[in-house]
Amino acid sequence: MEVDVLVLSVALPLCGALIAVAWPRRCEVVGMLTAFAVSVAAVLTLVQVLVVGALQHEMGGWTPGLGIALRVDILSAVFLVLVGLVVLASSVYATGYFGQPREKAHFWPMWLLLLAALNALVLSSDLFNVYVTLELLGLTAVSLAALSGQRAAIDAALRYLLVGLLGSMVYLAGVALLYLGYGTLDLPAIATQIESEPIAWLALCLMTGGLLLKTALFPLHFWLPPAHANAPAPVSAVLSALVVKAGFYLVMRLWIDLFPALLTPSTGLLLGIPGAAAVLWGSWQAFKAERLKLLAAYSTVAQLGYLFLGLALLFQLAPGPTRDVLFGGIVLMALTHGFAKAGLFLAAGMVQKRSGNDQISNLGGMAQRMPVTTFTIALAGVALIGLPPSGAFLGKWQLLSSALGLGQWLWVIVVATGSMLAAAYVFRVLERAFAGSSQPDAPVAIAREEWPALLLSAIAAVLLGVGSGWLWPLLGNDI
Amino acid sequence: MIDTGVLYGLTGVALAAMGFRATLLEPEVIRKLLAINIMGVGIFLLMIATAYTGPDTAADPVLHALVLTGIVVAVSATALGLALERRRRDKDGS
Repeated sequence: MEVDVLVLSVALPLCGALIAVAWPRRCEVVGMLTAFAVSVAAVLTLVQVLVVGALQHEMGGWTPGLGIALRVDILSAVFLVLVGLVVLASSVYATGYFGQPREKAHFWPMWLLLLAALNALVLSSDLFNVYVTLELLGLTAVSLAALSGQRAAIDAALRYLLVGLLGSMVYLAGVALLYLGYGTLDLPAIATQIESEPIAWLALCLMTGGLLLKTALFPLHFWLPPAHANAPAPVSAVLSALVVKAGFYLVMRLWIDLFPALLTPSTGLLLGIPGAAAVLWGSWQAFKAERLKLLAAYSTVAQLGYLFLGLALLFQLAPGPTRDVLFGGIVLMALTHGFAKAGLFLAAGMVQKRSGNDQISNLGGMAQRMPVTTFTIALAGVALIGLPPSGAFLGKWQLLSSALGLGQWLWVIVVATGSMLAAAYVFRVLERAFAGSSQPDAPVAIAREEWPALLLSAIAAVLLGVGSGWLWPLLGNDI
Repeated sequence: MIDTGVLYGLTGVALAAMGFRATLLEPEVIRKLLAINIMGVGIFLLMIATAYTGPDTAADPVLHALVLTGIVVAVSATALGLALERRRRDKDGS
């Protein structure tokens, strides 16, 4: 029974996508049902993992080596739930966002394929299978980003495609080298054999480099803001919350599970220094952004920086409780950002739809016209700044205490400056939203479009902070 | 005399490196797409070269299967890239 749930996470959205292509009139219903079923499957998987521990499924009965294994542990199960819930909420929102039957028929099949690719990526424990899911994810993400058909969106999507292809080709070169060196593609099998030798180093550099390009770690972030800011709102939400996070997830997996034999404490600085630069640069650009969606996109660049900064600290800690706690903190920050950023992009989409653009200077009076959306932006802002009780507060706290414990106060300055800038860009938006409007308007509330965003932001700002007590100790057992 | 397998492998690496360089430096989208394909072919050639285990033994089937999958992925990615570029040119034309 438990393996069925594992396969469902990939098989359901794949079947849903095919049905949505074949039956365009009903694609919205098919899409919603699939998104709901996938979320249930993700929650069931998490429950299974909590009860019995890590699970493995050998597809078609072929053992790893020749066959491809799906594996789930607590980390992948938590990401599955993040993917499931964010996609479900964005799907509900999308039913209101896309009005024309033509738009719907273009949106839903790609959307479900993207979901299948994300889940397959999280569950794969085969390096080549990861390459295939990366490409599937890239192609569907590009198609969705170009959906509006406007010139700016197509330009951004094309650049996104080229960058993504380059990234996955470089990653593939690394996979080829690993196969050359160790004769297998199964992640656990390579992990037991790997040694610090040139071919492993070269593979580590190539695979990490390719993934960092896809994760948009500073200075490889140049493609992200235009692609995320010009996509339709539900797509932006998923791109920013989940798709870049998939690259981060893989880097984390590779560095922690596959390459520990190669890493010295200082190797992590290769990720940490660009991470710190991303925090400062991304936050500053977000502060200067003229458009709400561009602000959200640059904030993603900054938030990814914190995660890599956290990894740099993690590799300097000896295995033990302190390291486990920091690991939990990093995962919690990744989850919080996922929910908060999705909520923020959906809210930005509401603003754009209602007032025709998302210029921050035009937000005056929004607090009166769209109270629920304003509240959503405020809650997402709490999580992005890292104020209590958000999950990011606990995560950043761990970053700070680890940095202080190691005596490396420069990281503390970076985190503090980044948080200050985050507070500045969030309050800049809220200040405009609460400013008076020349034409007072009746308040509107559209439940179907506003509630999903509100719930996502609330999960990030409240639930992940208050409820992290039971999740955190479990994550530590993983490494 | 240099081993044939190594020669093919090194050719693959050289092609991949040339493709990588051109992807970064060529300004035209179509040229970039071609360059990425050349890079892919280089990597595939490297993989096929590693699959060769000698004149009398069967080659490693796993790598051949991977390269086939890789080619399928590369074709679809190129098609999407060309479709987007065409749409962009149509927009400019009108």
